[in-house]
Amino acid sequence: MATDGLHENETLASLKSEAESLKGKLEEERAKLHDVELHQVAERVEALGQFVMKTRRTLKGHGNKVLCMDWCKDKRRIVSSSQDGKVIVWDSFTTNKEHAVTMPCTWVMACAYAPSGCAIACGGLDNKCSVYPLTFDKNENMAAKKKSVAMHTNYLSACSFTNSDMQILTASGDGTCALWDVESGQLLQSFHGHGADVLCLDLAPSETGNTFVSGGCDKKAMVWDMRSGQCVQAFETHESDINSVRYYPSGDAFASGSDDATCRLYDLRADREVAIYSKESIIFGASSVDFSLSGLGLIVFSESTHRYLRIESEIVPCN
Amino acid sequence: MIYFHFGHHLNICGCLNKNRKVDGKKSPAIGNGEMWHLIACEQDRRLRIQKHHLKIEDIITKMQDDKTGGVPIRTVKSFLSKIPSVVTGTDIVQWLMKNLSIEDPVEAIHVGSLIAAQGYVFPISDHVLTVKDDGTFYRFQAPYFWPSNCWEPENTDYAIYLCKRTMQNKARLELADYEAENLARLQRAFARKWEFIFMQAEAQVKIDRKKDKTERKILDSQERAFWDVHRPVPGCVNTTEMDIRKCRRLKNPQKVKKSVYGVTEESQSQSPVHIPSQPIRKTTKEDIRKQITFLNAQIDRHCLKMSKVAESLIAYTEQYVEYDPLITPAEPSNPWVSDDIALWDIEMSKEPSQQRVKRWGFSFDEILKDQVGRDQFLRFLESEFSSENLRFWLAVQDLKKQPLQDVAKRVEEIWQEFLAPGAPSAINLDSHSYEITSQNVKDGGRYTFEDAQEHIYKLMKSDSYARFLRSNAYQDLLLAKKKPESEQGRRTSLEKFTRSVKSPKVHLLGAMCCPGTPKSLPRSSATEKSKAALGQL
Repeated sequence: MATDGLHENETLASLKSEAESLKGKLEEERAKLHDVELHQVAERVEALGQFVMKTRRTLKGHGNKVLCMDWCKDKRRIVSSSQDGKVIVWDSFTTNKEHAVTMPCTWVMACAYAPSGCAIACGGLDNKCSVYPLTFDKNENMAAKKKSVAMHTNYLSACSFTNSDMQILTASGDGTCALWDVESGQLLQSFHGHGADVLCLDLAPSETGNTFVSGGCDKKAMVWDMRSGQCVQAFETHESDINSVRYYPSGDAFASGSDDATCRLYDLRADREVAIYSKESIIFGASSVDFSLSGLGLIVFSESTHRYLRIESEIVPCN
Repeated sequence: MIYFHFGHHLNICGCLNKNRKVDGKKSPAIGNGEMWHLIACEQDRRLRIQKHHLKIEDIITKMQDDKTGGVPIRTVKSFLSKIPSVVTGTDIVQWLMKNLSIEDPVEAIHVGSLIAAQGYVFPISDHVLTVKDDGTFYRFQAPYFWPSNCWEPENTDYAIYLCKRTMQNKARLELADYEAENLARLQRAFARKWEFIFMQAEAQVKIDRKKDKTERKILDSQERAFWDVHRPVPGCVNTTEMDIRKCRRLKNPQKVKKSVYGVTEESQSQSPVHIPSQPIRKTTKEDIRKQITFLNAQIDRHCLKMSKVAESLIAYTEQYVEYDPLITPAEPSNPWVSDDIALWDIEMSKEPSQQRVKRWGFSFDEILKDQVGRDQFLRFLESEFSSENLRFWLAVQDLKKQPLQDVAKRVEEIWQEFLAPGAPSAINLDSHSYEITSQNVKDGGRYTFEDAQEHIYKLMKSDSYARFLRSNAYQDLLLAKKKPESEQGRRTSLEKFTRSVKSPKVHLLGAMCCPGTPKSLPRSSATEKSKAALGQL
């Protein structure tokens, strides 16, 4: 009926305007607490000066772009995955290749090392996340012991073991994240809320916490409660895809790198973006970010450029 | 400037059915209605192309704008001829430094090379697309050929191009070795339709001949630069290869399959693997209701002031700076630099260093994170006959790491050991928490003991942990490896950091991951291989 249709439209519109006014109110509330800029307070921290980054090892062996890598807890082993479909485990200290697996698909966009060091997980265009136990037995074919754990309806963009070999967290082009039980392959929890592909995730570095942050093509960074599947905080200040997210070592904040050629720092207690790192001469988006141990340095990788940033939004280029 | 964009647009959109190649200098005459359409199309285009292309386009446009201090584009006299429309590498680098606020010329050269590698500017005498800070001549690419147009030229186009090059009798147009090889391969691949390709090439040559000599020089070089981007010299990276995750959102069917030379192909070419586009889900009322609930929750959230937050972040950094191998050189040495894994051996041993013991005092989480710290704390608690709290906490952590099928069993075990009436290691919970927990146990999930665990955590933190830090056991460990200079202990972390920053030979990557319990490794001294590897790059 015509009148029902009208009622329908009205409700949707009124809901939208209610949401808009709430957003405005939220912004107002947050602004009240914005009494100082991070970089102002940070001025008292001793300047780092010219920072020189040197290549210590070069690991050659992939046939095409390396899309993802993860460190083992022993601080020397690495798993890396490539566009050519290969996943390689290296002892990066000696540069020896220890294991190699050829995936049935190209573009292996995600890989992760298990906390025990006994397995790796990877996936990409196959829409799955598979776990491979690492064996030094020459007679065993690594691919034979493969276990398919996660199933998404689009490409796998990121995966990470939680603090155990038994659970894996995944992010996918289907716009969702999910937590899986490795043994059974069962879905433990799914996380819905992103409006587009999820490109990255990072687990909170807390002994007691159960949260993680994800970043997506909807320009949003969302913090999730692993237990309930609910989004507890969301940040939408980037102007393009968020390619990488990383927690600040204390777990109170996280950084994000985006195609909009900026990196931003969001604090969870202030529930706000607290710093933007950008420079006119940076053309390409940031593809990967990570913090140094103390959080003093934020390392950003962008299309064949290395940039080293201080937390106070000063950028110091390095060769 | 606006005509510059329109010029290129006319060729791509095709909405005005005009097919002129414009190198950015000629401005087309258009009516008002067409003007508005073009503005709309242009805005739409800018929304859809990749951000970095947009940025480079803006930079390049500004660079060529002589009204606002662009680079000097000149015609240069050389031997018997003139070189039209060129600019030197130095001019480009200088302009970038001035207009993009770049202080370091090395960075400016790098930015210039990125722009060249993408195909927006090119050296007139080289197939390799970089920018050098010297008198080498460069030319700007025609907007028609800009990578932001999402060209995916087929091999038939490439064949036509190489073929027509062989038809022109000029030394400067001779094929390079790799191009000759490519041509030979294409001739084999397209053996059956080579006649067609040959004819197309001839047609192109005819069109080219009609053009003005200077214009031809420019267009020829731009065309060559286009192919240098899409069919790079062996050893060079193909910068047009897009991240497959970003690919599908940029697809515009009208543009992508278009031939550079206007050749129509019956057979649709195969592109690399495409991911089917997600159907765009419309926002429902339910979505918005959820959003409203979320926003209300956020408004109610208690947040900290920026000043407090800033203090906290900086305090954390200052405290941990001495542990950060990127800033404070690791002792005895950073294995990635010295090739000596002594540091890792020490970290794995049961004998913790003074620095490591000090860290346990930073927060309760620190001691829980560190295996050795936990053991020490447990030992201390055992001496006080109060270890059940920590053991309960550890058991619950372990429960959460179990595979699904083992969870129920572990829940029961933990209940029996710590909470059931008459439990051997009874922990002390308030009645409320006990109620909740005993209810949860009935369902037996991995979060059964969350509430209890939180309770016990707070208890340990405020009580046992504080006492542990004051205990002889901890104090002895803390002072065990005190250095001879008694001054050392009194300096603050920040002072130490300031002093140590004088020689900033800092190391990274390998030292960057979170500390954890490293796996047991056989002791290995540096191998010949790793010594060799160190010298690379």
